[in-house]
Amino acid sequence: MEHVIEMLNIRKVFGNFVANDNITLQVKKGEIHALLGENGAGKSTLMNVLFGLYQPDGGEIRVKGKSVNITDPNVANDLGIGMVHQHFMLVDNFTVTENIILGSEPTKRGSIDIKTASEEIARISKNYGLDVDPYAVISDISVGMQQRVEILKTLYRGAEILIFDEPTATLTPQEITELIQIMKRLIEEGKSIILITHKLKEIMEVADRVTVIRRGKGIGTVNVSETNPTELASLMVGRDVEFTTEKRQSNPKEEVFRISDLLVKDYRGVEKIKGLNLSIRRGEILGIAGVDGNGQTELIEAITGLRKVESGSITLNNKDITNLRPRKITESGIGHIPQDRHKHGLVLNYSVGENVALQSYYHAPYSKAGVLNYKVIYEKAREIISQYDVRTQSEYELARALSGGNQQKVIIGREVERNPDLLIAAQPTRGLDVGAIEFIHKRLIEQRDNGKAVLLISFELDEILNVSDRIAVIFEGEIIDIVDAKHTSEQELGLLMAGQKLTKDSTVQSLQKEGE
Amino acid sequence: MSKSLRNVLIPILAVILGLIVGAIIMLISGYSPILGYTALWNGIFGDLYTIGETIRQITPYLLAGLAVAFAFKTGLFNIGVEGQLIVGWFAAAYVGFSFELPMYLHIPLAILAAGLAGGLWAFVPGILKARLGVNEVVVTIMMNYIALHITNALIRAIAGKDTSERIHETASLRNTFFEEITDYSRLHNGIFLALIAVVVIWFILEKTTLGFELKAVGFNQDASKYAGMNVKKNIVISMVISGFLAGLAGATEALGTFEYVSTKGGMTGIGFDGIAVAILGANNPLGVIFGATLFGALKYGSLNMPNEAGIPEEMVSIIIAIIIFFVACGFIFQLFLDKLSKKKEVK
Repeated sequence: MEHVIEMLNIRKVFGNFVANDNITLQVKKGEIHALLGENGAGKSTLMNVLFGLYQPDGGEIRVKGKSVNITDPNVANDLGIGMVHQHFMLVDNFTVTENIILGSEPTKRGSIDIKTASEEIARISKNYGLDVDPYAVISDISVGMQQRVEILKTLYRGAEILIFDEPTATLTPQEITELIQIMKRLIEEGKSIILITHKLKEIMEVADRVTVIRRGKGIGTVNVSETNPTELASLMVGRDVEFTTEKRQSNPKEEVFRISDLLVKDYRGVEKIKGLNLSIRRGEILGIAGVDGNGQTELIEAITGLRKVESGSITLNNKDITNLRPRKITESGIGHIPQDRHKHGLVLNYSVGENVALQSYYHAPYSKAGVLNYKVIYEKAREIISQYDVRTQSEYELARALSGGNQQKVIIGREVERNPDLLIAAQPTRGLDVGAIEFIHKRLIEQRDNGKAVLLISFELDEILNVSDRIAVIFEGEIIDIVDAKHTSEQELGLLMAGQKLTKDSTVQSLQKEGE
Repeated sequence: MSKSLRNVLIPILAVILGLIVGAIIMLISGYSPILGYTALWNGIFGDLYTIGETIRQITPYLLAGLAVAFAFKTGLFNIGVEGQLIVGWFAAAYVGFSFELPMYLHIPLAILAAGLAGGLWAFVPGILKARLGVNEVVVTIMMNYIALHITNALIRAIAGKDTSERIHETASLRNTFFEEITDYSRLHNGIFLALIAVVVIWFILEKTTLGFELKAVGFNQDASKYAGMNVKKNIVISMVISGFLAGLAGATEALGTFEYVSTKGGMTGIGFDGIAVAILGANNPLGVIFGATLFGALKYGSLNMPNEAGIPEEMVSIIIAIIIFFVACGFIFQLFLDKLSKKKEVK
């Protein structure tokens, strides 16, 4: 079969850093070709070379057998290469159509011809089963839908080869399933796809072949049908990786944290937590499973004091902490690894050291009488850097410069070192590669084994099943069931997450449906 | 090229390029750039008197620039330095002429009054921003007009004319030693006040928990809230400190340069120039020294250009603006230097 894209011995150097060291990537027509690598392995650099954002320092790019020189993204567009970015490039208060035609607006007698463009977009959308309303405003539609707009944008511009950059990072499980169907549909229509990812499960599910890169070097290309996740993981990381973290039987002790009849409203005044009850004991990890938007965010915000509790109570060590100031709650013994590490977890323009001190800068030994002791702060930072294996040039490096996994390690180090009785971990491994995930899971279990309580909130069922001792399923602001992690399955959780408590028979039926 | 060398080189290159473009404009308009720049030079460094006056001019710029830079570090845009300076000026002068106190009490009291007046003036937009989310830019601009007209009215009400009486000797920042060595310029002790303020503000921002919080709030309000900081309180504190500094700038005018307060037909301009000073200094307290020096020197020195070189005032304003424009566009030179060093690497 002919190759639509050939990147031969591509080399890209930034200063002294070799981002791509003679990497070769050959994509056949009509295949989904995965590009696998850890964070910072050089996947994005390679794709930016293909998309014309970077100029290679060596090597050759061929499109449909012809050698090309892709000097900027417009050239890439003309060659039929389209990119679906991880962070969407959309104007929030424009409609779908306006976003798609942006930059090449069709005109009719001097004014923009929205109507014809919308019809064309609706036609393409129908053709690929995207189900996008051309007149919808971006800020009104879901993240999954926004991604489809990005896909439409590339198709509208005649893309034959679509690059998906970490497309599932921000999607819910439901949306991921839909995206996979869309990708398969695209292939049926004769498009080719390059899928950048570090999620092995997705590769196994959709990709035909996979090219692995590690620390800037091409490790090789394998057929997905001839490999398995374990092999891919060790190719990517360069050592064997454990998927299920080894853990001892939990040994729960007395209750440390309790939520009773909690009622919380969101910013619009809609009740998002409706009489929720929950309790966690020392030495156990309680996982909260649920589809995004069922009150998880509001629950965490209510516990940590960022959102007002309307009624009900939250107690830690038998002390009422309901509606206290965030600082009082942290001081009472709660650590929090926030869901959005850039928004809540870190001050990106602060150094690693300053971020380590973010929760404790105001008391000794980090400061005295209002004057900071940077010597102590940076000493502590060095300690966390070495203990938590944070890959950074130094403790003075800005948090912004670290990769996602390393940023997360800084946060985990900071929170765990404060030795909280209850550690809340919200989506702690979102967007991280297998190596970092393994590390973080181990740390959570270690906290448990040290007799602390851990509350894990995640949309990834694998993670919930793997790490938790008990699993509480949240649905529309209530815990609808609590199950033992050892005696449940992804299927059972999936149904509970959809709000169904069914008999065994109907479970099997709906499973079969899902499998079709 | 090392980073520190580059940080020095870029502003110097920028000033030189600004001077060259300024020269071209003078040539086109039929004036001699050599005469023009000689006049500028003499206006700044010509003799001891002009040097003294130049430093005097730099003093309020230092404080005004510092005020803008401080607010900016917390993510606030204080356009109200002008108004805060005006109320500070009035407050210092009022304390200066209406109280009779020994010097060691009178001067600190007058300075404190100016700072508090400025702080109060900034408290209003600060609390509105923190409590109701009102944009501080709009409020501070409006507060400038309120400051201007209220102080004018107060001066007329108290003095019965457009100029107040002089402040008492005990409140004056006059420095006889400075006067003697600078041929009786108006250079006064306010420069010490300004430099102390630079050091104090640098210390607050870099070494204290207060500065740590203020900068964190400036960079990322969500993370600050999550870390248990009181974002609203920090916004108010930042505005009040910024206004306090602006008030001190007014104090240096009231107690040092003029020793009285008079009604004004319009804004003094120092507060607005403070924005440029802060930006030139990259919102860094030490950078503000550079910005204020450049601004003050050009502002004062250019007064000599119409007299000595016969260049019209309007033309002078254009030339000064161009020089500052080039300095503000420092990044152009950054690019230029990057290219230069890249070429060398290739070779």
